[in-house]
Amino acid sequence: MTYRALELRQPAPLPHEAELRAEVRAFLATEEFVPLCDAWLAGHDPCFSRRLGVGGFIGMTIPVRYGGHGRSVLERYVVTEELLAAGAPVAAHWIADRQTAPLLLHYGTEDQRERFLPLIARGECFFSLGMSEPDSGSDLASVTTAATPVDGGFLVTGRKVWTSHAHHSHFMLTLCRTGPAGESRHEGLSQLIVDLQAPGVDVRPIALLSGEHHFNEVVLDDVFVPDALVLGTLGAGWTQVMSELAYERSGPERLLSTYPVLAELVRAVGPAPDAARAAAIGRLVAQLVALRRLSRSVAAALEAGETPLVEAALVKEVGTRYERAVTELARLQLPIEPHLGAGGRLEELVAQAILAGPGFTLRAGTSEIMRGIVARGLGVR
Amino acid sequence: MSELKLLEETLAELFARELKDGADPAAMWQRLEEAGLTLAGVPEEAGGGGGGLDEATLVVRVAARHAAPGPIAETGLLAGWLLAAAGLAVPEGPLTAAAGGSLALRRDGDGWLLDGAAPRVPWARAVERIAVLAGGQVALVPVQQATLSLSANLAGEPRDDVAFDGVRIDAAQVGAVGDRIDAEAFHRRGALARAAAIAGALERVLELTVQYSGERVQFGRPIGRFQAVQQEIALLAGEVMAARAAVDAAVERPDLLRVASAKIRAGEAATRAAEIAHQVHGALGYTEEHRLHHFTLRLWAWRDEFGSEEQWARALGEQVAAGGGDGLWLLLTTTEEEQE
Ligand SMILES: Cc1cc2nc3c(=O)[nH]c(=O)nc-3n(C[C@H](O)[C@H](O)[C@H](O)COP(=O)(O)OP(=O)(O)OC[C@H]3O[C@@H](n4cnc5c(N)ncnc54)[C@H](O)[C@@H]3O)c2cc1C
Repeated sequence: MTYRALELRQPAPLPHEAELRAEVRAFLATEEFVPLCDAWLAGHDPCFSRRLGVGGFIGMTIPVRYGGHGRSVLERYVVTEELLAAGAPVAAHWIADRQTAPLLLHYGTEDQRERFLPLIARGECFFSLGMSEPDSGSDLASVTTAATPVDGGFLVTGRKVWTSHAHHSHFMLTLCRTGPAGESRHEGLSQLIVDLQAPGVDVRPIALLSGEHHFNEVVLDDVFVPDALVLGTLGAGWTQVMSELAYERSGPERLLSTYPVLAELVRAVGPAPDAARAAAIGRLVAQLVALRRLSRSVAAALEAGETPLVEAALVKEVGTRYERAVTELARLQLPIEPHLGAGGRLEELVAQAILAGPGFTLRAGTSEIMRGIVARGLGVR
Repeated sequence: MSELKLLEETLAELFARELKDGADPAAMWQRLEEAGLTLAGVPEEAGGGGGGLDEATLVVRVAARHAAPGPIAETGLLAGWLLAAAGLAVPEGPLTAAAGGSLALRRDGDGWLLDGAAPRVPWARAVERIAVLAGGQVALVPVQQATLSLSANLAGEPRDDVAFDGVRIDAAQVGAVGDRIDAEAFHRRGALARAAAIAGALERVLELTVQYSGERVQFGRPIGRFQAVQQEIALLAGEVMAARAAVDAAVERPDLLRVASAKIRAGEAATRAAEIAHQVHGALGYTEEHRLHHFTLRLWAWRDEFGSEEQWARALGEQVAAGGGDGLWLLLTTTEEEQE
């Protein structure tokens, strides 16, 4: 067994970072919203997304010829950081902007790019992710949703679960079987773009423990998907999914989901807190400084064209634990009883954070799976 | 390969070579000095090796990764820095530095008189000269002229109480830093030095732990095949990388926010990493014979030197609270270009 050290890239300074942040802040100052925890999942507001698109803050890395803004990975990073720190309602376009657009750019046909990318950048076309199934969670390669070839396309049948916002997205990027799994179990998987309005699609709500409706069961019954909506290569779905995971797992949404709690805590303790409260805040800020740097160095590696899957898994594992630590330390600093309906104050934000907390370390690969990836990356086993 | 990466490799080779069994710390020091690396980060005009804070902290980090003995951080990052800032020539050989305590320098004819004491000065007994910061002045003082009371940290590194009783110092050995550097700034620099050292020791602790998990066989397989062990090692890696990231941020911009964060995060990582590494190493790692303790003892010592996590967390929390809830994000995101 040989030890492999993990690498941390030194992120180069981003020219005009201050101006870019100022532009986002100026945009946000014209918007009216109550800051939310976990806003990239909980804050679904298509009108906000549309205005954000008009403002030029969606599809940042999409080339100009496809209606995007031709900016760098790090520029997008800075913008998303600003939006999350403000607790802005960015959930509607989040998946399309983060995941679908890069996938279309890498693997999409020219027609697909021309059709979807300009709409995504305008904040008018929303995607959901159809990966998990009742019997396929961490073991994603075991999905059984099947796409059977027919004249001009495929008939797709199966059940997807936990599909965030499928009830108001336009499309679902669906991982399904188009061939035998092979020895690696990773063969024969494909990504199909399913129109959620198509006949045979049935979207049923699954209530969260809070009663809220974020995710769904999506039942597909002989849904016709034309050949033109196959993303990338038939049978290469696994590789395609893997190629975007480093983006999905290392971004600021893996450490800032509870940032509004931290900001509100600082407000609530006032300008001269006692030593214990000051120390609690100091520790949370220190951990955030470390995590932002860690996450940004992964972004720098992505910018340089690398695929830092192990480092990304590490960011997600450490970052999502931090998101929950913020909640738990914050609730103990003041004599509050967290509850919903407290209007953006600490009680409300801590309540949101508690209720969203279980999801942090599950979605996009559980912490146990992340730790397995890190261990393997280091050379263990 | 970047220049820093090259330097890192040069340093790693040097320490590995010089610290092989039967190591001679004096020879190691000489090699390091010949390469101009004991004074990395100290301007060349002052007799230093040139380069920036990134090089200076790199030397400290890699030295700690090899458990290299001696006042490596004290010589360049602390004493060299003070002396150069005061316009004094930096001498060859190992140095240490002290500030605060009851140290006081006052005029005495054409020279100066040094009085007072500083507790737990690193490596005092092992150096010839000590750079003393007091009242806006820096003095280069022979250690012979001090009274030492010997002590050590958990890792056995000298931490000696130093007292001066009316020591006369030639004017040529004293220079002013005014309010550019005070005891607080010295403390902050020391904290950064220890955070960088912790980051280095952590890297080795991770490496040793990964290797051991592949060597030790129980129940017919290497313990690294057990998922419980894998999960712990991944947590260890998270600590190591987070500490390293915080140190990198502080090296890039050594302000209160980032240095405090580095010392806090590195200190937290030291605690958790030592715990996990010892657990994975079993009883063997708990012995003097196994080399793990060279690193874990230092981690336990360094986390408390130049301010523990709690002390820095209070200072940082007070600064953050004073800036208010909206101020925090501005503090975190203010870029260099804006500040200038
Ligand atoms: C808020 C939220 C939103 C989501 N949105 C979407 C979405 O939009 N689209 C979508 O497709 N999915 C979505 N998911 C599903 C998510 O991807 C899965 O929850 C995740 O992959 C884990 O699968 P599972 O829940 O079935 O847990 P399981 O895989 O059944 O795991 C249960 C437990 O067993 C552990 N475990 C499993 N395998 C191993 C192993 N090999 N080693 C060690 N431990 C193991 C896990 O770590 C976990 O602790 C969402 C989930 C959440 C919480």
